[in-house]
Amino acid sequence: MTDGHIQVMTGIYMDNNATTRVDPQVVAEMLPYFTEQFGNPSSMHSFGGDVGEKIEWARGQIQKLLGAEHDTEIIFTSCGTESDSTAILSALAAYPARKEIITSIVEHPAVLALCEHLEKQGGYKIHRIGVDGKGRLDMDAYARALSDKVAVVSIMYANNETGTIFPVEALARMAKPHGALFHTDAVQAVGKIPLDMKNSAIDMLSLSGHKLHAPKGVGALYVRRGTRFRPFLRGGHQERGRRAGTENTTGIIGLGKAAELALSHMHIENTQVKALRNKLEQGILAAVPNCFVTGDPDHRLPNTCNIAFEYIEGEAILLLLSHQGIAASSGSACTSGALEPSHVMRAMNIPYTAAHGSTRFSLSRENTQAEIDRVIEVMPKIIAQLRALSPYWGVNGPIEERTFAPVYA
Amino acid sequence: MWDYSEKVKEHFFNPKNAGVLEEANAVGEVGSISCGDALRLMLKVDPVTDVILDARFQTFGCGSAIASSSALTEIIKGKTTDEALKVTNQDIAAFLEGLPPEKMHCSVMGAEALHAAVANYRGEAWSDDHEEGALVCKCFGVDAALIERTVRDNDLKTMEQVTCYTKAGGGCQTCHEKIEEILMTVNGSVPVAAAAAPGILPPAALERPCTSAIPAPAPVSKPVPTTKRMTNLQKINLISSVIEDIRPQLQRDGGDVDLVDVDGDTVYVSMTGMCASCQMSAMTVSGIQERLITALERPLRVVPVQPERVRA
Repeated sequence: MTDGHIQVMTGIYMDNNATTRVDPQVVAEMLPYFTEQFGNPSSMHSFGGDVGEKIEWARGQIQKLLGAEHDTEIIFTSCGTESDSTAILSALAAYPARKEIITSIVEHPAVLALCEHLEKQGGYKIHRIGVDGKGRLDMDAYARALSDKVAVVSIMYANNETGTIFPVEALARMAKPHGALFHTDAVQAVGKIPLDMKNSAIDMLSLSGHKLHAPKGVGALYVRRGTRFRPFLRGGHQERGRRAGTENTTGIIGLGKAAELALSHMHIENTQVKALRNKLEQGILAAVPNCFVTGDPDHRLPNTCNIAFEYIEGEAILLLLSHQGIAASSGSACTSGALEPSHVMRAMNIPYTAAHGSTRFSLSRENTQAEIDRVIEVMPKIIAQLRALSPYWGVNGPIEERTFAPVYA
Repeated sequence: MWDYSEKVKEHFFNPKNAGVLEEANAVGEVGSISCGDALRLMLKVDPVTDVILDARFQTFGCGSAIASSSALTEIIKGKTTDEALKVTNQDIAAFLEGLPPEKMHCSVMGAEALHAAVANYRGEAWSDDHEEGALVCKCFGVDAALIERTVRDNDLKTMEQVTCYTKAGGGCQTCHEKIEEILMTVNGSVPVAAAAAPGILPPAALERPCTSAIPAPAPVSKPVPTTKRMTNLQKINLISSVIEDIRPQLQRDGGDVDLVDVDGDTVYVSMTGMCASCQMSAMTVSGIQERLITALERPLRVVPVQPERVRA
């Protein structure tokens, strides 16, 4: 099946935490702003006039999705990573006497790598708060790390690999007495769980368009009114001087439409999508021996399910799934070219026998019952096929490590 | 997704000779589950002619590890053990019409299993190749003999290539100097690119496999502007107190570290509990090293030793 020159992907897409399909309604909303309303919003002529209004409409949609008090609390950026960098660097610039940052060990590299850089090059002290076996934050360690030396806390709303939701409201309230700003990378949470920023202690919140059916290349940063702020990009008056650079008008308009759709589908996300996820998870757990759910199933995004399959390797699972037209992702080392399993699996102390075989299914409102049934049908065969090849797996299950003891391990 | 050749896909989706070979009289086992790939090669060798009559494998690993194992069994069937020993990882990769550079270690694992199996058939102690001192990369258990052979067979020139082919150096990086020495010995000259100074940080491309929660160590050879003057006793006391500071953090993760000895600028530690498993220890060691370098303001090398090897 072709659409013009582009091959239309058919198959079962369950990798929505990586990225989502742009909703056709979002595309339709954007299209006129490429060729008809193409003006620069800063221009005086009418080619730019309507665009400016439309951008403010989009800002209003984000405001509603986040439950923010003012639409001016929304700054459009190019992506989640830019939002994260803007928030953290702004806090450090606004509070130069404070030389410490608190984050978690399971953050996205957008935050972790920046903190590592600040530690090496900027002389900042970084507190990386650990997690337990279910991916739950060490609250005691967090409380101990807080002090009036901390400029900013940056802890994710929900984990991209396991979907585990952190108690960010409580964490933000704990930071307040110390005068530390609280930022949360919420790219996985926005659009999936209801937010109410007007009654929140969170100072800054990052979101990314392509995680909620908007195009890639657009994101936003929520900055609570009254929060001290220093821009990341300088050189223009755009976004009230808080983010210079000509606006990505079509991207912003797409993000606005996607936010409107996400809000209207919020109940579906938390009923229908959640039910599908639960069915998928229970179906696989019932049909496949020696596998388990990673993360905290009681506090989890409604769309995410991460299952660790013991004694086999994730890339091989993904290749066989892909052969069946099913897209998922893995915390295995081999899928990324790294030599070690993902930092999230390691942080939770998932044994290596299982961490290499961890597989993430992340759903969206576009998934169907039939797709779930299909994955439940093929998964046991795929796992059995790979275990039949594994030296750690015998006819009746796992083999004691002693009988397979390679020469140098 | 990796750009695998059609041949790799063919051998992954429909592997040849997978499973247990009941009548095997030669078995070679390499790798480990913690390192992400492991292979058991089983051969049935004619005791009179030394011809490999049948070969089968069991592999834990990614697509290219399974395909490399399948390819290996196809290549060696019908060969004598002497002929089979001439098969290199290059031959395996060529048979598969190439492997992505980051996946070359899968073909090396195949060649290793073959050497182990033939040694097993001949009743030789193959592990003798791998005596203690020869272990270069402690993170991934790679010894000097394997690195040398791989550098020679594949005409490797850089540190980065060695990591892609053998995994060696992909963890804590403390072995980079040793690997560069091997590169120099085999190639008879200074290794290209990353070789300007021993202990230099790897090129950006290599940082990907090394991502870790604890930052990589500062380059050991980096000139330190001011070195604290201190006595040996002061130095050891300071090292000891830094390690004491780190311990609670590790204990929370179910591990621990002990200071074993200090010899010049080398600090020997013993890792236990969760920290003893290979990757965690790699990251932890580099983290400890960096903390010590910062505290002492001088270049130091932290070397993990096995608890049982701790000197009295």
